[in-house]
Amino acid sequence: MKTTVHFKQLMLGLVIPTVVVVLWQVTGSMPGMAGILPTPLLVLEGWHSWIFAKPGMGLNPYLGTWLANVEYSSMRVAQGFTLAALVGVPLGLLIGWSKFISQMFDPMIQSLRPIPITAWLPFSIAVFGIRDIGSIFLIFLGGFYAIVVNTTQGARDVDRNLVRAALMMGASRTQLLLRVVLPAAMPSIFTGLRIGLGISWTAVIVSEMVAVKSGLGYVLWDAYYVGRMDIVLADMVSIGAMGYISDRIIVFIERKMLVWRILQSH
Amino acid sequence: MSNISVKDLCKTYPGQPPVKALDRIDLEVPPGEFVALLGPSGCGKSTLLNLIAGFESPTSGVLQVEQKAVLAPGPDRGVVFQEAALFPWLTVWENVVFGPKVQGLPKAEYEERANEMISIVGLQDFKNHLPVQLSGGMRQRVGIARILTLGSRVLLMDEPFGALDAQTRLTMQELLLSVWQKLKPTIIFVTHDIDEAIFLSNTIYVMSARPGRIQSKLVVPLARPRTVADTASEAFSAMKLEILNLIRHTHG
Repeated sequence: MKTTVHFKQLMLGLVIPTVVVVLWQVTGSMPGMAGILPTPLLVLEGWHSWIFAKPGMGLNPYLGTWLANVEYSSMRVAQGFTLAALVGVPLGLLIGWSKFISQMFDPMIQSLRPIPITAWLPFSIAVFGIRDIGSIFLIFLGGFYAIVVNTTQGARDVDRNLVRAALMMGASRTQLLLRVVLPAAMPSIFTGLRIGLGISWTAVIVSEMVAVKSGLGYVLWDAYYVGRMDIVLADMVSIGAMGYISDRIIVFIERKMLVWRILQSH
Repeated sequence: MSNISVKDLCKTYPGQPPVKALDRIDLEVPPGEFVALLGPSGCGKSTLLNLIAGFESPTSGVLQVEQKAVLAPGPDRGVVFQEAALFPWLTVWENVVFGPKVQGLPKAEYEERANEMISIVGLQDFKNHLPVQLSGGMRQRVGIARILTLGSRVLLMDEPFGALDAQTRLTMQELLLSVWQKLKPTIIFVTHDIDEAIFLSNTIYVMSARPGRIQSKLVVPLARPRTVADTASEAFSAMKLEILNLIRHTHG
């Protein structure tokens, strides 16, 4: 019974995408349309050989190189994002918790934050060169702001009576931070992680277009230059899928860790 | 010897104009006494409790618990909050043993006591529940069990049953009476409910608002142990009328 309802909802959500894809296939196959956008079937064909074909002697970079490029981009996101979380969460907690640290860091973060990560590109290339670390720097930066700002907010919003209760029971300042402020801020931290991860994927694509010579972002721009729009589209869908999967991983961890929160909102 | 000693205590909140929350409060509470602070909202009864708890500091005056000036919150003064203030990510058991745990006590030292206190408040079957899975009354039971486990000799209760429905409130009042009968802690109980103050306490301090002052000190003539039947007694009604008259004369 329940699965039928789910199935119906799923089908309903697929109606418009299906119509669009069919229309696209039909109009794309019409005479005179070739060369503007490849049809969905051509995209699938190009994607298939990008994934599965044997690499040709370096003449065609779109044979069998899909997985390697997915790995390049994912590794960069994993590194930059992990770094952002490792710095952003503790710093955010401390900023939200201590007036001293807030006064030291908050003005700096708030004044740097409005600079879009894309504006950091020339800076990043000048400092780090056309190397992985430049890309990781941008990913870090993109994830960092969202994580630190949300964590700070979470730490500031801790119920005053929970803090009082902990002090009343003899908790030290450190215990208060780790046993009360951190768990209380967890929901905000996860919000920050999810937003930050999304921005990290934006950052990896932008940086690979300009600052390194591999990854989904590099292929995206390169394929456009050589007129392989089928690869461009396949690449776009791949980026979307990777972003979706990584977001689901965070949501999965969140559901495991914040059972109390989920029960609260039902 | 007095367990809690308050002399000439004042609390003023800065502002334009400054708000005088408490004005020259005098209070002597002997050990094992059950005191009620009764008054309308804005009379400073919660502020007084927060000062004794060490959550806020007085503007002037003397505030001592067991001959020592109150400087900060501590396990000697257990607080039961209006909304229980349990940690929502911890189970009932983890909430109850939070105090001994952060103080670094060995498990053997508090486990038995925690189990006993959880039984006293009737939650032995809910030890692994999260606060969100409990009713309001049950959450307050956890709040009481955790300060009993803490071993506080002074219990500070800030309208702990104010948000509960009438039946649950009565059950909780009876529970508190039996806990007090058994362990004889010193209790300061803040309430705006006249019946509750009479039913529970030995001494009632009636407070008036703006500025917060202690208007009068009344001794409850009911014997112990008390039952619901006492709330229908003549002495109870007489005392209620006395308090009602007091309040009317000041706020009428």
